[in-house]
Amino acid sequence: MTGPLIPMGVIGQGWDLVIALLIGIAFGFVLESAGFSSSRKLAGVFYGYDFTVLRVFFTAAITAMVGLLYFGYMGWIDLSAIYINQTYLWAVLAGGVIMGLGFITGGYCPGTSLTGVAIGKIDAMVFTGGMFIGILFFSEAFSLFESLYYGHYLGPVKVYEVLGISSGLFAMLLIIVAIAAFIITAWLQKRIVKVEK
Amino acid sequence: MIDRSKKYANPYLSGFLLGIILLATFYITGRGLGASGAVKSTVVAAVNAVSHTHADNSAYYSKFISDDHHPMSNWLVFEVLGVLAGAFLSGAIAGRLKLKVEHGPRITYKSRLVWAGVGGVLFGFGSQLGRGCTSGAALSGMANLSLAGFLAMLTIFGGGYLFAYFFRKLWLS
Repeated sequence: MTGPLIPMGVIGQGWDLVIALLIGIAFGFVLESAGFSSSRKLAGVFYGYDFTVLRVFFTAAITAMVGLLYFGYMGWIDLSAIYINQTYLWAVLAGGVIMGLGFITGGYCPGTSLTGVAIGKIDAMVFTGGMFIGILFFSEAFSLFESLYYGHYLGPVKVYEVLGISSGLFAMLLIIVAIAAFIITAWLQKRIVKVEK
Repeated sequence: MIDRSKKYANPYLSGFLLGIILLATFYITGRGLGASGAVKSTVVAAVNAVSHTHADNSAYYSKFISDDHHPMSNWLVFEVLGVLAGAFLSGAIAGRLKLKVEHGPRITYKSRLVWAGVGGVLFGFGSQLGRGCTSGAALSGMANLSLAGFLAMLTIFGGGYLFAYFFRKLWLS
């Protein structure tokens, strides 16, 4: 069966939300069991005492990226039917830095805060409440940010196209960077833990 | 800190499983995972319920309202309900279900809650400007090799590192 299944009409639209719920359960279970319900563990990546975020995040991104390329190569999925994130340059850069500031002050990101809420972290509940306020504020004041929101539109461009290399070469380079990061951070963490003791 | 982390799953195994879940999501739905989008849908639905005219007249809310489709019956909302259930299940199995405020050793629980709120507001705001959060923009965007995904990842984590020095008291001993 060539995917994606729902856009191709292989699975009916009615199953859509059941699948959403099941995928969400798996997503939440893996995030919580990896320790992402703990803000101190998440913040560790920014101070060098815990690199779990980097390990989980990079491994997940690479697994899914390689899987998609492989599925596409084998003809199991029509990659042209996959949603590609649109690049609005100013918005993604400004939004990302603001999210970074939110991460270091709040200790969570939206998905991880929900796993914290689920196991009873009161700080995660406050963070989630804050998210509602932030989103409401952005929506209400949208006209102030509209030009930034739509500024410098590049379309649904791929990162390897911008770099002028093939997707396979880019994937290989990213895997090398990830492995280097895993080795360096494992070494760093040993040293930092020693210093903290 | 070190002893507690032993109860957690191996990060590379977790990452691999998360990658498989993300791949399955793309294979089935044609889109990646998300989190902030569900909060946005809830905000849009709430505002639309309070004043449909206001939501309809807004250049932002109106992007997400269509007459035949209630904004709450959104894929991401159900996915996020699943996230809550899955995380609860994992926490229950591991014995981590407990009402508590987790904070660094140098701050009170009150300052932790204030900063958690501030961080939530900023992250919520940034996720709308950046068209997605760590899940939908960065992780899913990297998996589909979009430029936006890599830029989101670099700026979210880069932003964290950029400001980490100023907020070290919140986290370090």
